[in-house]
Amino acid sequence: MDVFSDPANVDVYVTGFLWILKLTIAGTVGALVLGVVLAAMRVSPVPVLRWFGAAWVNIFRNTPLTLIIFFCYFGLFSTLGFSASDDIDRNNYWLGVIGLSVYTAAFVCEAIRSGINTVPAGQAEAARAIGMSFFQTLTMIILPQAGRAVIAPLGSIFIALAKNSTIVGTIGLAESSNAMKDLINANGDQVISIFLAFAGTFAIVLIPTGYGFGWLARRLAVKR
Amino acid sequence: MRITRLAATFGAFAMAVSMAACASDDDSGSSGGGSSASGIVGKAQNDKKLVIGVKADQPGLGLQTGSTYTGFDIEIGKIIAKGLGVDESGITWKTTVSANREPYIQQGQVDMVVATYTINDDRKKVVNFGGPYFVAGQDLLVPTNSTITGPESLAGKKVCSVSGSTPAKRIQTDYKDAKLQQFDTYSKCVTALAGGQVDAVTTDDIILAGYAAQDQYAGKFKVVGKPFSKEPYGIGVKKDDSAGCNKINEILKTAATDGSYKKAWDDTLGKSGTAAPELDVAQLTNCS
Repeated sequence: MDVFSDPANVDVYVTGFLWILKLTIAGTVGALVLGVVLAAMRVSPVPVLRWFGAAWVNIFRNTPLTLIIFFCYFGLFSTLGFSASDDIDRNNYWLGVIGLSVYTAAFVCEAIRSGINTVPAGQAEAARAIGMSFFQTLTMIILPQAGRAVIAPLGSIFIALAKNSTIVGTIGLAESSNAMKDLINANGDQVISIFLAFAGTFAIVLIPTGYGFGWLARRLAVKR
Repeated sequence: MRITRLAATFGAFAMAVSMAACASDDDSGSSGGGSSASGIVGKAQNDKKLVIGVKADQPGLGLQTGSTYTGFDIEIGKIIAKGLGVDESGITWKTTVSANREPYIQQGQVDMVVATYTINDDRKKVVNFGGPYFVAGQDLLVPTNSTITGPESLAGKKVCSVSGSTPAKRIQTDYKDAKLQQFDTYSKCVTALAGGQVDAVTTDDIILAGYAAQDQYAGKFKVVGKPFSKEPYGIGVKKDDSAGCNKINEILKTAATDGSYKKAWDDTLGKSGTAAPELDVAQLTNCS
């Protein structure tokens, strides 16, 4: 493990996982917001919105994330000229966040929609009967119950998101997988220990996260 | 309950890790029994077969199209194999990327690596290098009308290279004024250069020459031609196989004089018009 006795190498490692953390947080927020909006669209009474939600899910859930990230750089930035920042790293970071959010939102949407299906139809009917609008029914009656039913699957999605964020490395962010390549290239004699350190960090952080979501799901589950 | 499950999870993880470690030990052990004792020389004589690790994504050096590999590294691999008494039909090409070259050699998944493999001290700790069969240098690929004349004029410019590579690292440490964009492959860098998102692509000059010579970019790019590093390309074999390493150097010595080295160049990178370099036999490693 003497790769990590050099502070410069530790710095590479820390920077790598800081980017992963930032990508995961921003990606989670983006995906959650987009996903809830999409789920609302998919159950809405307006055909155009339903169609849009379904199209989004079908397109992005079935496209490899590498292609989406690739498109974010070479389509959104290169061709369409969308630029989030003049700083190369920052620009790539936001392009990555966009790609991750758009992709993960499709999964979040489907998880929430499956949660909506666990809410008995009588609830929505009762809400309608006391005169609530579709929007009120959704936000006050359906989504709170649906959300609590799908915490465990959402947890899996966000854990996947944390690992998927390494793909942003393909457009140049110095995140963990690039940091790993960096260290391996410079320390060809310690490939296995470098690999284990990076894989281990993900495992050590994500295994408790998984248990955390499981605990949260049990605590918040709607008792029927 | 929760504690036991947690313990079980970590137990399973630890087991998986230790099993993975065992598996790799077994690999090198079993192939070591057959080949390592006698090295690649022995394997070539007994089996008439060799597995050679090469790059698959570098035009002019090691490029895979369908199931065939072409390029300068491939031709060098063929010369070495021939010198060891193995026919072309006995060679199995195996794609390697920069990160798995050492493990592949150590575990015996390949018998040798000819893959733009720069000889350096860290790598020498774990593999034995024959060669160098070519000395490359880091250079810049720019659009034909660019004003960039060398690494000094990079300040404020966007430079592209492959993440985790030596050229990328050199830009980060020696030319801090340049802005570095990294991708996972050089072809993405070249695409970005064609689209104008970056001002230059940097890596070893012969790799750049390979891209500049590609048909779709003909006349658009030029290599600046002021190398600012020395990258001696070696042929990696197992650490304890100094006999194999010496044999490789002998074969290279012969190739330098009998014209096969020049032919290998002319058939691949030489197509862009660059004359074949001299293979400097005085620089060959002394195979520790």
